[in-house]
Amino acid sequence: MKNKLLPFSFVVVFGVIFYVFYKGLKDSSIYTPDLRVNNDIPVFNSKNFHSGKSVESSSIFELDKMYLLNIWSSWCVPCRQEHPLLMSLNSRTNIKIIGMNYKDNLKNAEEFLKELGNPYKDIFIDLDGTIAIEWGAYGVPESFLIYNNKIIKKYIGPLNEVSVNEMELLIK
Amino acid sequence: MKVLSFFLIFFLFLPLSSLKGDDSGIQNKITKNLRCLVCQGQSIYDSDSEFANSLKILVDKKIDEGLTEAQIYEYFENKYGEWILYDPKLNKNTYILWLMPLLIFLLGGAIILGKLKKKQN
Repeated sequence: MKNKLLPFSFVVVFGVIFYVFYKGLKDSSIYTPDLRVNNDIPVFNSKNFHSGKSVESSSIFELDKMYLLNIWSSWCVPCRQEHPLLMSLNSRTNIKIIGMNYKDNLKNAEEFLKELGNPYKDIFIDLDGTIAIEWGAYGVPESFLIYNNKIIKKYIGPLNEVSVNEMELLIK
Repeated sequence: MKVLSFFLIFFLFLPLSSLKGDDSGIQNKITKNLRCLVCQGQSIYDSDSEFANSLKILVDKKIDEGLTEAQIYEYFENKYGEWILYDPKLNKNTYILWLMPLLIFLLGGAIILGKLKKKQN
């Protein structure tokens, strides 16, 4: 009996290990973060990009309105790519686009907007990147669709035609 | 008298300096336990990316606000999910990770016991 139990338990243990690794083979090795949506937007204090006055999050986002928060920076190349899409979204829909200027030089940021246009209704500054962390962002560019002070959709990386079309459907 | 005042000053400053050392210690401990989500296999402590640098500042802020270590972990877990923690909790995704060493230990113990009994016989 004892002689049989040992090989049997070996087989079971190695069977389990084999199963785990075999299953792991089929899993994607790329980590995709679970997008935490339907979360309340964070409360924060910042400064207005144009006036330099301090602003509170509650004064930016009102209830019952659709907002797109876009994290951008003049040094970020993908932001330059997605900018025309934001411009067209602003002109075609009534969504309010709010900009979060991320770890940027104000002069460069102003020139960026002068060159490519300003789709933002309001811009606030995140100098040390901590407000972006409060939002659960990874970097620039990143966009959050907000309704009733809740994040309903999160776009990591630059926006593209597909995400903009999806956004337009959600707005309607 | 001089000796007395020296000791008085020494003990006056002792708690302050130890408090400061303790603070940076806990900051290092927390940042070592947080994963840099935009890097490959680095902790926040090791990384110099924009994301990691901002997170370090925020950890400092949260310590200053008086949050405990556990509260800070919970805060970041709420923002980014459990993946940001290097010390995963026991749940359905991690039970193999936690139970495997115990299983192997028990199996090893059983084998040794079996061999010992065989020798005695």
